[in-house]
Amino acid sequence: MSKWFSKGTNNVMPNANESISGIATSLQRPDAAEKVCGTFEYSSDLVANNMLWGGTLRSPHPSARIVEINVENARGIQGVATALTANDLPGKPNYGLLMSDQPVLADEFVRFEGEPVALVAAADPEICRRALAAIEISYELLEPLTDPERAEDSPAVFPGGNVIRRVPIERGDPEASGDVVVEGVYEVGMQDQAFLGPESGVAVPNEDGSIDLYVATQGLHQDHAQLAPCLGLPGEKVRIHLAGVGGAFGGREDFSVHAHACFLALNTRRPVKMSYLRDESFRGHLHRHPARMWYRHHARKSGKLVKVEARILLDGGAYASSSSAVAGNAARFACGPYRVPNVSVEAICVRTNNHPCGAMRGFGAVQACYGHESQMDKLAKKLGMDPLEIRFINALQTGDRLPTGQKVHVPAPVRECLEAAAAVPLPGESSDNVDGYGLPGGAGRTADRSRIRRGVGFAVGYKNLAYSEGYDDNARVRCCLKDGKLTITSAAAEIGQGFVTVARQIAHEVLGVEDIALHPANTSDIGSAGSSAASRQTYMSGKAIELACRQIAQRVCEACGENWKVNAKQLSLANGRVRSEDGRFDVKLAEACGDPIETEVFHSHRQTFGMDKATGQGDTDASWIFGAQRAVVDVDLDLGLIRVVQITTGQDVGRAINPLSVIGQIEGGISQGLGLAVMEEVLSQDGVVQNGSFTDYLVPTFADMPPVEVTLIEKPEDGAPFGAKGVGETPSLSSTPAIAAAIRAATGLELPRVPIRPEQIALA
Amino acid sequence: MEIERRYELLINGKECKVESSWLGESLMYVLRERLGLWGTKNACEQGECGSCSVLIDGMLACSCLELAATAVGVDITTVEGLGAPDNMTDIQQSFIDEGAVQCGFCTPGLVVAVHDLLLSNPAPSGQEIKEALAGNLCRCTGYGRIEAAVVKVVQQRHE
Repeated sequence: MSKWFSKGTNNVMPNANESISGIATSLQRPDAAEKVCGTFEYSSDLVANNMLWGGTLRSPHPSARIVEINVENARGIQGVATALTANDLPGKPNYGLLMSDQPVLADEFVRFEGEPVALVAAADPEICRRALAAIEISYELLEPLTDPERAEDSPAVFPGGNVIRRVPIERGDPEASGDVVVEGVYEVGMQDQAFLGPESGVAVPNEDGSIDLYVATQGLHQDHAQLAPCLGLPGEKVRIHLAGVGGAFGGREDFSVHAHACFLALNTRRPVKMSYLRDESFRGHLHRHPARMWYRHHARKSGKLVKVEARILLDGGAYASSSSAVAGNAARFACGPYRVPNVSVEAICVRTNNHPCGAMRGFGAVQACYGHESQMDKLAKKLGMDPLEIRFINALQTGDRLPTGQKVHVPAPVRECLEAAAAVPLPGESSDNVDGYGLPGGAGRTADRSRIRRGVGFAVGYKNLAYSEGYDDNARVRCCLKDGKLTITSAAAEIGQGFVTVARQIAHEVLGVEDIALHPANTSDIGSAGSSAASRQTYMSGKAIELACRQIAQRVCEACGENWKVNAKQLSLANGRVRSEDGRFDVKLAEACGDPIETEVFHSHRQTFGMDKATGQGDTDASWIFGAQRAVVDVDLDLGLIRVVQITTGQDVGRAINPLSVIGQIEGGISQGLGLAVMEEVLSQDGVVQNGSFTDYLVPTFADMPPVEVTLIEKPEDGAPFGAKGVGETPSLSSTPAIAAAIRAATGLELPRVPIRPEQIALA
Repeated sequence: MEIERRYELLINGKECKVESSWLGESLMYVLRERLGLWGTKNACEQGECGSCSVLIDGMLACSCLELAATAVGVDITTVEGLGAPDNMTDIQQSFIDEGAVQCGFCTPGLVVAVHDLLLSNPAPSGQEIKEALAGNLCRCTGYGRIEAAVVKVVQQRHE
């Protein structure tokens, strides 16, 4: 176990270093200088010669039939190049990550507020806006289905019915019961990824009929697989290039401007730029699934869990996206990282006329974590036990079986994560309260000190690493060593997470090369790396780089053995040189072997399998990541305002390849968990979003974030790249329930719903 | 409507001609789309996120809330006017050293805001840093490394 305290007195931050270093050093981001100077090119900063601006007309209604649509007025406006509707679509009308159900442009029906209906390309954004406003549409309004509880019994929102997926897990004795039973109903609101860089990109048509799309995305090849059919083009005529990505968090798994910009560009034969404003961003990407969860936990007097029953209802909104995988996760992680001998769980994801939901950091597991951790606290309370103690008693370990029957074959440091979070001393009463600024209410200084109560809460969660349930998960990487310089070609999307450092560090560790370049990510120069999602790129593409570099190292040694008549087995690579064990052979890498050495690796993780349709049993996951948090929260009982005073966390990372980046991931993930706990929710009224702006959808600011004390639990996983698991998602799993638990401890209230709002405390 | 009259803006000490624009175009839009100063970022366009922060006559402002045509005759400083990759300010270097950059979309605005903060308050307390930068949203970092970067600059300047 290693400790990197990110704040506070024991400040032993890793050294920021000068040159490329290997594993466990905090290599600086190669893109950082451009980013701090404003010269890094994001997708919204792109321009092309003779470029048009594209815009999208979206439905103001959550459910309606399009009776008539007339774009002639728009086409007649000076400066407008084209206005298009579903009638003009060149190829397959629908797309989708796991199911092709989302229309590129609505044809007969619109199924959510914000569904794209028509497109315009014009000389500039202002003409574009006016042209969009000039499009005449007559809608026949239909009653929207907005309550997910009613979805199963309501007319189908989309052909095929309103159940996207039902996932049962049945294990052990259904009749089993314990000495104590606790029951609860919990709710999680709809969270938004709220990345800062707007959805944007430029599509550039070519004379040969092909098209190049420069876009901010998480997965180039998954976009490509969906896009080419929609454009009616063969795959080789569509090339997608990664443009600078301003954050993602799951919100760039699905199309944004992709098909629309290409469609307009092909139609006008001119480059087309599209860039959403924030209100369109809230309508133009998918959100985190809201959930309603019923739980019943059975335990012995000793605190040992006997059985967990759960029903989890997820609102998928109008289109499927990744909903079926989210439902699978919600079911599999419903019980939390505990040994549970008897399980009866059902997760169900339904269609409604609400905004579609898809991927967001920790998907499925975030919702479930709020449910199971609320239940564990309830159980502890009923048994008169300490919340930590009940978690220790039931903590999952390597070798245990999960509710799916799968055996945990990787390090599972559940107890260690909790212990690390608990080990940091609690903050003093007034440590953060200089001038009262640090009290709930902040700079407004509204709080009356005598009415502040402090609470402490714990939570622990876990999630699968990489894709699961038999879904092909692989990554392709090509590495080329030439003149002592290494070029890595990968389509892995850098979305801010730091793949650009991890890739170099892994290569440096194996080859000892300083000069490492990453070829720009696109779909034409290399096969798929999979999406930058599910905490998987270090684990998958990082591993592929490690394997490729090991092959190159071996070939370098063999070539040296042959060229210089030395024993290849005694050679090793370090610091840009090839050396023999006895030191008699010591040659610069650039001189050691003449020809470029190139190798391509296709890496798959261990095979996974689907869940049995009736029992949910199966070896579904490649690995898991665990994390625990302790939250200390001050609550103003009168005004219902809260202030998170401190978060401490123990995170299972396997191995921290870049500790500084890992801490950045953890602190950032915690801020999103804090947001879900007390502020962030996309609010809808009859299917119409009410707060699609940063004025109304609040995300944590500098003033909202407490100090975070991070302890990395480094238990390397066999076969993972230098033991590294992933770290993207775990931090956002358990911060929400830990903060909720702390508020409950301070107030004694049940608070079964997040985000917790002031009135739930003040008016209780 | 498009305005015929050209105007000039004083940006980073240089007169920049705005050849054509629509009435009502924000300073942020003109900086980016008309003048190619892309370092000023476009994240919320309603003054909430601080990504488009610039200095106008030394005052920190969200350029998305300023009309470009009324910014004639004032001194505008954008992130490009503070430092360049081969000549970075101590603030920019500290952001890199302390891991304050992830996706980086908020970073130019934060660099401008920190520049402004340390001009008016060379030795801010932790709370003063948080309050001063609470108008700049960052979705990636949780602000911890950004605070560390500011603290480091302050320490270095007082060494």
